[in-house]
Amino acid sequence: MRIAVENLACRRSGRLVFEGLSFALAEGQALVVTGRNGAGKSSLLAILAGLLRPDAGAVRGDGIGERPLAEALHLVGHRDALKGALTAAESLAFARDLLGDEAATPGEALEAVGLAHAARLPVAYLSAGQRRRVALARLLVARRPLWLLDEPTAALDAAAQETLVALMRAHLSEGGLVIAATHAPLPLPGATELRIGRTPREGDGE
Amino acid sequence: MTRAFLALIARDLRLAARVGGSGALGLVFFLMIVTIVPFALGPDLNLLARIGPAVLWLAAVLATLIGLDRLFQADEEDGSLDLLRQSPLPLELVVLAKAVAHWLTTGLPLALASPLFGLLVALTPPGMAAMVATLLVGTPALTFIGAIGAALTSGIRRGGLILAILVVPLMVPTLIFGVSAANAALGGTVPFATPFLILSALSLAAAVIGTAGAAAALRWGE
Repeated sequence: MRIAVENLACRRSGRLVFEGLSFALAEGQALVVTGRNGAGKSSLLAILAGLLRPDAGAVRGDGIGERPLAEALHLVGHRDALKGALTAAESLAFARDLLGDEAATPGEALEAVGLAHAARLPVAYLSAGQRRRVALARLLVARRPLWLLDEPTAALDAAAQETLVALMRAHLSEGGLVIAATHAPLPLPGATELRIGRTPREGDGE
Repeated sequence: MTRAFLALIARDLRLAARVGGSGALGLVFFLMIVTIVPFALGPDLNLLARIGPAVLWLAAVLATLIGLDRLFQADEEDGSLDLLRQSPLPLELVVLAKAVAHWLTTGLPLALASPLFGLLVALTPPGMAAMVATLLVGTPALTFIGAIGAALTSGIRRGGLILAILVVPLMVPTLIFGVSAANAALGGTVPFATPFLILSALSLAAAVIGTAGAAAALRWGE
């Protein structure tokens, strides 16, 4: 698939966050979005995921047939979308049934993020980093070409960050697309960097 | 799509059944109201039997309101709503699945437990049967009407009060026809079928309007 963004502008509660944003991404390509806090990185991902309407511009996904773009992507936001009362395995089984396009089983996905031992623990008992890994394991239970990752390395230890980068590389080599908003450098081959956000000016009304 | 729909119902039922879930909340609240009313009214069995259906219906309305504010708010807060929107399920069916799960854990137990609670307000056996029938048919209307309010207030912290103010007036017709159907079964000039059919119609209409309305509110609310 291919995703093309043209002249995108975003306004949150009347304040212009960014404007005139254009980029295109083809199979096997990664885009790393950087910018200061509040620059609109999360808003950009929300717009791409169809959760937020852009102020101007358009997002187009090609090569996914009749499906809307929202059904061809994974969004792992800064909230993990997990329920504390469900176990890690149950959460992934639910995501698999919900999203369709099933790929790995919940057990295999947890194995891949190094959490096989925690499969039967309620998510509430897991640490922030482990919860993050369960959320990232969702990328593997359903096969979707576009990954939108918001601060994917937050709360992860060094080993888990390496695992994540390996997963992203594998996804890219299979023809997937990755758009990640991050502060930490992501060692992805051939990733383009997109800096968003205006530099704050004197008298910039909040 | 069916699989995603059933998975969502199963997840909500499981969450309701787990520790800290809302499973028994409505039922316990229902029991509290129904037990406390006879103490307040005194030992007048005739009076109790006459207002029994009204007390049970009132308790059912209030018990439905308990926990309704978390219907979409919980998913909104932890990001699950964003996940649900990546599924092939249209938002209307997401709302329908969540409302069905809510009814299965709130309305259905209330209807099934009403004969037991009917004892506390001196209902006769035909009265109990009428209560089960009217609650079974009428509580879906309460859930679906409540779903609109829950969707509108999903982004508001402590939105429970606003939710109650929004939806209680809309629940009044259901309450009126529910009580009058139950009373008609106990005697009187009105045949049981008339208010009962209107009650069924209210539930069917609420199922359509509530699903579409709540989905629209969720879309608009982002």
